[in-house]
Amino acid sequence: MLRFLLRRGAMLVATLLVASFAVYGALDLAPGSPIAALTGGRTPSPEVLAELNARYHLDDPFLVRYWNWLTAALTGDLGQSIPLRENVSTLIGQRIGVTASLVALTSLVIVVGGVGLGLLGALRKGAVDTGVVLVSTVSAAMPSFAAAVVLQFLFGVRLGWLPVLGTGTGFADSLKHLVLPALALAATSVALVTRVTRTAVREELDKEHVQTAVSRGLPWSSVVRRHVLRNAAIPITTVVGLTVASLIALSAVVETAFGLNGLGAYLVQAALNKDFAVVQGISLVLVVAFVVTNLLVDLAYALLDPRVALGSRAS
Amino acid sequence: MSIPVPSGVPAGVAAEVLDPVAEVEAAAARGGLRRVRLGVLGWVSLVVVALAAVLAVVGPLVRPFDPNLSDLSFAYVGPYGSHLLGFDGQGRDLFSRLLVGARTTFLGAAFVALVAVAVGSGLAVTAAWFGGRVDRWVSAGLDVVFAFPGILLAVVAAAVFGAGLMSAGLALAVAYSPYIARVLRSAALRERAMAYVAALEVQGFGAWRLCLRHLLPNISGLVVAQGTILFGFAMVDLAAISFLGLGVQSPQADWGVMVSEGKTGLLQGYPMESLTAVLCIVVVVSAVSFLGDRLESAGKQAHR
Repeated sequence: MLRFLLRRGAMLVATLLVASFAVYGALDLAPGSPIAALTGGRTPSPEVLAELNARYHLDDPFLVRYWNWLTAALTGDLGQSIPLRENVSTLIGQRIGVTASLVALTSLVIVVGGVGLGLLGALRKGAVDTGVVLVSTVSAAMPSFAAAVVLQFLFGVRLGWLPVLGTGTGFADSLKHLVLPALALAATSVALVTRVTRTAVREELDKEHVQTAVSRGLPWSSVVRRHVLRNAAIPITTVVGLTVASLIALSAVVETAFGLNGLGAYLVQAALNKDFAVVQGISLVLVVAFVVTNLLVDLAYALLDPRVALGSRAS
Repeated sequence: MSIPVPSGVPAGVAAEVLDPVAEVEAAAARGGLRRVRLGVLGWVSLVVVALAAVLAVVGPLVRPFDPNLSDLSFAYVGPYGSHLLGFDGQGRDLFSRLLVGARTTFLGAAFVALVAVAVGSGLAVTAAWFGGRVDRWVSAGLDVVFAFPGILLAVVAAAVFGAGLMSAGLALAVAYSPYIARVLRSAALRERAMAYVAALEVQGFGAWRLCLRHLLPNISGLVVAQGTILFGFAMVDLAAISFLGLGVQSPQADWGVMVSEGKTGLLQGYPMESLTAVLCIVVVVSAVSFLGDRLESAGKQAHR
């Protein structure tokens, strides 16, 4: 187990190093100078130019700047937004909570809704199952931005039940503002998890060990919990983990659609305004979150399935 | 979605088949798409996709009105005479904009899928052919690209190269190629270990010719299936990026842009523009992904 952890840890560090280099390098290559953003297009005098270059370390060679950025990032300092003259870490700190709660709430919807619907479809054949398949087919075809627009129209404009724009203030109000975004973000993934759960549970129900358990007279609920779900948990965990990881980037779309003041929406704004320090910082945070989530999925997978040979997983 | 696929060559595959000629024939049958049974839904999907493809080509020619001609006095007016769907918030003919919008939506996604398939299958075959260190390096590189979700890469690309269909499309193509490369790599590895490849190699066939004329055609079923699935993903992601304002730029008509532009009207109770654009995207994407699923399961059966 320790070797497995060390190996995956080393891979994680290597991936993050290359990824951070790519993020920093790509934005460094971008045409246009940050000085132009500062001076509003006027040509600064040589003294001012030298002062600005020195303040933002624009004269250093690329590798030196990358190294400084990376080491500072490790201590939580992601540099300054040149147009806003504010610390990127502060800007991220103000918004990360919204994104984290959105992803957490969405994950909850995915797990409860997806596993619940999947179980329902697998255990109750006939009309209920057909209904589950129908719901999952429709919601699988709903990209998050499409779901966002449809939900805004139905529950916001037509029924007026829930707020459709903004972040809200206070706990209850914020939560209320997150309901529709979380549903929109969950739409496709719920369908996926439902499908995988339904298939996995069906397959497990047909296995001999389940029939044996039933014929031994074990109560049905305990057969489902201890024999069926325990085995079906492996594919379910994998698909839940992978979809949750994919939410991290997709949150940008939903946050923009619902006017939420989160990291993703801010990343899009920063990209449009060419605020490179912010784009670098948020991209780094999102990539780290994505990679770490994927690692956790692998770990959960290894823990749940003793057959996965630790340390030599086929990739 | 990539559930970890066990890679590597099943032991004894090469030893099992002793007749290279029969094997080449079997491989050719495996590669083809003859076994795909579409069923009613499959045919419906095929018709939908074909219709969208035709629209993408001729849409701008058959549109009844100028999609960019705006008359504010008609803003949000519903279906009216020959204006089948009425007008958007700027008084432009909605039906014409949907017809024209098919082009960027469909061709953009086709571009992404083609580039991703070309890059991904190239990497997969290279890795499988040389094996060893090349394979390890290619796989490691793919793992790194995997760390970038497509949308994130597209946003960064928009910051670097400016917002537009081109930078968004290239970014998505880069982000997708590892997905296709992984699937094809394991298929190519299996194919590489077959006796017919060794037989052709012994006869002095060059690596290029062997890969292009024999190995790739024999996994073409998988290539087409993966390409179709990616095409569906690309439509969704491109539309999402245009929705964010980082892809196709307004005032150009595009389904993703229309969903975003129609949102102002939608919140005021005029949902026609957003909802019709959403409907177009959902219908075409469902059809594409249904076809992709069918092709994939047919391909998997053939590659058992």
